[in-house]
Amino acid sequence: MADAKEMKKVLFGPILDNNPIALQVLGICSALAITTKLETALVMSLALTSVVAFSNLFISMIRNQIPSSVRIIIQMTIIASLVIVVDQILRAYTYEVSKQLSVFVGLIITNCIVMGRAEAYAMKSPPLLSFLDGIGNGLGYSFILICIGVIKELFGFGTILGFEILPVVQNGGWYQGNGLLILPFSSFFLIGGMVWLIRTIRPEQVEPKE
Amino acid sequence: MSAKKDSFGKTVGVVVAVCLVCSVVVSGAAVGLRQIQQANKELDKQTNILTAAGLYEAGMSSDVIRSTYEEKVERRYVDLDSGEFTNKPGGDGAEYDMYKAAKQTEMSKKVENSNVGFQRRANVASVWLVKDESDTVTRIIMPVHGSGLWDLMYGFLAVDADGETIRELIYYQQAETPGLGGEVQNPNWQEKWDGKKLYKDGDVAIDVTKGANPSDPYEIDALSGATLTSNGVENTIRYWAGKQGFGEFLKNQAWRS
Repeated sequence: MADAKEMKKVLFGPILDNNPIALQVLGICSALAITTKLETALVMSLALTSVVAFSNLFISMIRNQIPSSVRIIIQMTIIASLVIVVDQILRAYTYEVSKQLSVFVGLIITNCIVMGRAEAYAMKSPPLLSFLDGIGNGLGYSFILICIGVIKELFGFGTILGFEILPVVQNGGWYQGNGLLILPFSSFFLIGGMVWLIRTIRPEQVEPKE
Repeated sequence: MSAKKDSFGKTVGVVVAVCLVCSVVVSGAAVGLRQIQQANKELDKQTNILTAAGLYEAGMSSDVIRSTYEEKVERRYVDLDSGEFTNKPGGDGAEYDMYKAAKQTEMSKKVENSNVGFQRRANVASVWLVKDESDTVTRIIMPVHGSGLWDLMYGFLAVDADGETIRELIYYQQAETPGLGGEVQNPNWQEKWDGKKLYKDGDVAIDVTKGANPSDPYEIDALSGATLTSNGVENTIRYWAGKQGFGEFLKNQAWRS
């Protein structure tokens, strides 16, 4: 059984040391699209974290039974089923947010983080550690999403979670919302900036020159 | 990876077992949650109608929304060509959706001389009548839709019982650029429609334009940075208030009889 130190490393490592977006550069597409408002970013983080955690758990539980010739398809089947379940739950309990997330919840299936963790970690590790690894990577993803969501919503709309922080011109205030930040591709700059920031704090993440 | 694990029978067995378990889980979730999802959709629609009716207040609970809707709002069906009320198409039991009906040739008509952004419209439209305590109709809520910049925008247009004074224009489904065209859902912009008139000498006179004069009953200030969305809104209103849309119905004032 794994010791506490190993568990801690698996759970909190992906937030800064081994961040799935900033270091592994996985799951960028969804990070671009749904971070315009913090609320959608939060729900998306939650959805992705639960999908990674449970897909890791189930795949790890049957890892010794999965024939290697069809392992990718089996992983996909499990991931796709979990995503559909999460999508149905969101539609039932957070109708407003699920309307905004629309197709992006379904696209968690193609999110490289989920497949990547299943293939790289869950296939070789016991269930509990795999589950924690899933949560850890979900947290790493969430960390970036929430940072970007806060920046985009605050400077794009002048609000945080819908509460007005900077009164915008449209509502008679003084703040002119930044139109660039409202558009999905502005996340490219923000993610780039965060990668830079994290690699400045942790210089060992910088790739050697080829 | 041992050789035993990869035998043909084992592979098929594992695949079938995984598929079975997954399909049970997925269908279980879909069936188990369907009722709540339906209720959410219904509630969302009722909320939008109450907003258009001017009866919605922030923080109303779902029960209050349902009971207010039941009490004050009546759904009727209008034959758009004659402008008269008609029976519900497809009988009382079935749910009628005018946007689905528009796709069937025998239940719809081609759109002519309009750049509203869709090809056909249903012959029969739903309307919602808002009534006060004495059962007098105070507002008429009509569904409108038309293309914006990116996609069709769906909304409700609410007018007074005189059939020409606009009270609300509520968009509930649109895919315009957030912050620009998406501002069609901004309450401050929606407010500008309050009190505007649809018709001038019998023709639709609504004009969504830059630098509109707020006291002009036909002009509404366009959304800044969203000319195409604003044009789309204007085309939508002009089409639906016109002869092909609710024009006859609003002229007949069938709700008075």
